[in-house]
Amino acid sequence: MGLRGAEEEWALLMRAAINGDSSAYSLFLASLTPALRTVARRNCARIGLDSCEAEDVVQEVLLAIHLKRHTWDVDRPIGPWIMTIARNKLIDARRRRGNRPTLPIDDLADILTAEGTDDTMDRQDLDHLVGKLGERQQDLVRSLSMEGHSIQETAKRLNMSEGAVRVALHRAIKALAALYRGGDQ
Amino acid sequence: MRTEDLIKALVVDLTVSKMRFQHILLGAITSGAIIATAVFLLRLGVRPDFGHALDSARFLFKFVFALSLIIAAAALLSRLAIPGVSAGFWAWGWLLAPALLVVAVAAELFVTPAESWQPRLVGSNARVCLTLIPLLSIAPLACIMLALRQGAPTRPGLAGAVAGLVASGIAATLYASHCTDDSPLFVATWYSLAIGLVALVGYVVGSRALRW
Repeated sequence: MGLRGAEEEWALLMRAAINGDSSAYSLFLASLTPALRTVARRNCARIGLDSCEAEDVVQEVLLAIHLKRHTWDVDRPIGPWIMTIARNKLIDARRRRGNRPTLPIDDLADILTAEGTDDTMDRQDLDHLVGKLGERQQDLVRSLSMEGHSIQETAKRLNMSEGAVRVALHRAIKALAALYRGGDQ
Repeated sequence: MRTEDLIKALVVDLTVSKMRFQHILLGAITSGAIIATAVFLLRLGVRPDFGHALDSARFLFKFVFALSLIIAAAALLSRLAIPGVSAGFWAWGWLLAPALLVVAVAAELFVTPAESWQPRLVGSNARVCLTLIPLLSIAPLACIMLALRQGAPTRPGLAGAVAGLVASGIAATLYASHCTDDSPLFVATWYSLAIGLVALVGYVVGSRALRW
């Protein structure tokens, strides 16, 4: 896929997602993740972070893209928007490890030309953070993600209304992003 | 938890949200301005000779200054809070307000005798100005900060400071219609000081509250 091609496809999918198309959103995140992973690994290696921390950065970037998706102006290219979020999260990761904040971070072209790597690692970090959520929130997040249940099934099992499940999930996602950032929720 | 599992949770959390950040920010600035105006009209009100003052270029200049600050700072703010958008022209555009002020001060010094400079600068409401502009800024600043938490500023402190400029610009516009000191010498000294103070508060709050 060419440089323009990838970016245009992501923009197309994200526009559909903003209008509520969840399969487009799923495709968007799935197509973006391998590219983010390559960039994260390459930059982590360069700035002296453990390469397995790259997957944490990928997850943190995905959370930020999700929670800040209304800041993307649909009339602008999506590449610079994604790149800036990714760069911010890499800088945060580096700062958390107390590394020198002077090394530059690779640019947009890297995201778009990156050969996607699909192998995914099980990350302890996110599990650890999920473990800090309340018991009910943990149950709910696991049910909707790892166990792959629908909102309806989860609501029934946890004896909650579907609306309450949606609200609780959104809160849990915001809480996870805050925990990544350093726990100011 | 695998990244693929996280993606599943994010997809479930997708809601139709056509509201873009620019609208949120514009709404916040507008509501902040409405609240500040309501407080101003209930507690302070315009000066008694308001109609008469409208004939004075000095009086009108205060609004030119404050409104240009609001517009330039708001334009810059909307760019600072969105990832991947460069500030472009607006990185320097906010200097328009101070530049206008410098021109007005020069003109004032040119047309008035040197003996009158000190009383014009000190005025009669310096302390009131330094109190009321920050007080009137509180509601707009709070509204804008809440909106900015929905944004994603790369530099949270800077975004907070510019939010302070927008908020104090709104406050200065209102206060200008109440205050009877119209000399650009007074505006350059006390308005600038009050605005700088609010920008500083914005910086401090922003660097803590606007991280994402």
